[in-house]
Amino acid sequence: MSTMSYALTDSTIMFRRSLLHMRRYPVLTFMVVFLPVVFLLLFVYVFGGTLGNGLGGPTGGRSAYANYVVPGILLMTVAGAAQGTAITVAMDMTEGIIDRFRTMAIYRPSVLTGHVLGSMVQSLLSLVVIIGIALAIGFRPNATPIEWLAAAGVLMMVTYAVVWLSVALGLVTKSVESASNLPMPLLLLPFLGSGFVPTDSMPAALRWFAEYQPFTPVIETLRGLLLGTEIGNSAWLAVAWSVAITVVCFVWAKQLYNKER
Amino acid sequence: MNQPAIETAGLRKSFGDKLVLDGVDLRVAPATVYALLGPNGAGKTTIVRVLSTLLRLDAGTARVGGHDVTAHPDAVRAMIGVTGQFSAVDNLLTGVENLHLMGDLHHLGRREVRGRAERLLADFDLVEAGGKPVQVYSGGMRRRLDLAMTLMGDPRIIFLDEPTTGLDPRSRRNMWQIIRDLVADGVTIFLTTQYLEEADHLADRVAVLDHGRVIAEGTPHELKRRVPGGHIRLQFPDARALAAAAAILDGASPDAEALTLQVPGDTGVRSLRALLDRLDRAAVEVDTLSVHLPDLDDVFLALTGKEDRERETVA
Repeated sequence: MSTMSYALTDSTIMFRRSLLHMRRYPVLTFMVVFLPVVFLLLFVYVFGGTLGNGLGGPTGGRSAYANYVVPGILLMTVAGAAQGTAITVAMDMTEGIIDRFRTMAIYRPSVLTGHVLGSMVQSLLSLVVIIGIALAIGFRPNATPIEWLAAAGVLMMVTYAVVWLSVALGLVTKSVESASNLPMPLLLLPFLGSGFVPTDSMPAALRWFAEYQPFTPVIETLRGLLLGTEIGNSAWLAVAWSVAITVVCFVWAKQLYNKER
Repeated sequence: MNQPAIETAGLRKSFGDKLVLDGVDLRVAPATVYALLGPNGAGKTTIVRVLSTLLRLDAGTARVGGHDVTAHPDAVRAMIGVTGQFSAVDNLLTGVENLHLMGDLHHLGRREVRGRAERLLADFDLVEAGGKPVQVYSGGMRRRLDLAMTLMGDPRIIFLDEPTTGLDPRSRRNMWQIIRDLVADGVTIFLTTQYLEEADHLADRVAVLDHGRVIAEGTPHELKRRVPGGHIRLQFPDARALAAAAAILDGASPDAEALTLQVPGDTGVRSLRALLDRLDRAAVEVDTLSVHLPDLDDVFLALTGKEDRERETVA
């Protein structure tokens, strides 16, 4: 079909549209960055001193905790961006413009790929801001440039998966309000994993969940790459989870998008 | 080219167990305006959504621009433009950006995109508003931009779903002129409307839709011929006068609440005079008198029997 040859062109056009939306509606991007910044400052300056001592490291205290918490905050940033994605997708779907796109001879998934690419940019910008602030308040990674690159790769991979998940969530909801609520549990996942405290300090049932949920291997991999802790099989688990979530949510989103409404 | 622009046979569609289209046959000649007339819930929008590839049909066939909507939706999409009931504009973008977005998605060259956008902004009186975000547009401006976006792709067949609903009278007349100009350029317009006046003014042919069926089809003139002449409406000062008049005029239908009497039949001067003479002789006082020529309203009411049903529920 001739429309297939327009896949790239149309996706690029829709991507530019997403970027334009971000510029016109900067509040959303601000909200996406704001939450993890608050949590970073809260956990380093309010709880950091005490929590750092509980980590059992040689130094302890606030500086140790700053290093410990940053990977979890990064995942929280990704989850927060997901909320933004779900909202923009739902906004699109509840307005008349989507029917216009559907009646045009364009590459149909380009509406979704435009959102995905736009959200990737939004998430990566937020991540850069968070890492900048983290470095300013005492985050001291010992990563080599290669390890930094690998960490960036891991973040992009997990962001891509979470963005597709939130595109599907934005499609499955009937209103913008519920689209902003549905991804909420994602924000909790770093807490119910190794994001803020080591999982072996948790009660048995919670610990079981924390060790087997998808964000934990990602956090452990990032921690290993940036701070030199042991990675073990976390890297493989992180890749497996990301690929699985991406594939499932991609298929789900496509099906939702093609459904009659 | 004598191939119809739009042709459907036995179109059926139901949502769950609710049958919305119950075997619709339509045939629309190219470069004409075809109006689909019907009350809310008659299935007008569903027909537009089926023909514009947004909904799959359950049974029957539909060809738009010579292409089957089920087998070749992309070929259909390449020929059509759709302006729905709810404005299909991007609220966060400006008018110009909206038009450019459409031009880009139609894969026009850069110069072509700019040229067309400029021309359409001028044609639709949006030059000043072009640089402002659509969020601040009025309803009429939004509707004009919506149609301008549809025209960016230079479609040969345009679907307009209630294009003037909610517009003020001046904006409505502007929209009518735009539609006439498009048809003069050879574009086929398929529009839905609740306004009989609109169908009467614009359409070459009208199909009256009720409960998912076409109950009448023809030119506005043909449809009007199908209902018996006009009527004279008399307004009385009180119920007594109304009753007295109703007693002497055969076949008149009184409306006790509005104190009016509707007298069917000839509306010529001679019969008017005769009517007034009879009322005079019976010493019945009449406040006002108005003459109604048959319009599509009468056609519609006669065909759907809506008025009868309403009267029954009142009584």
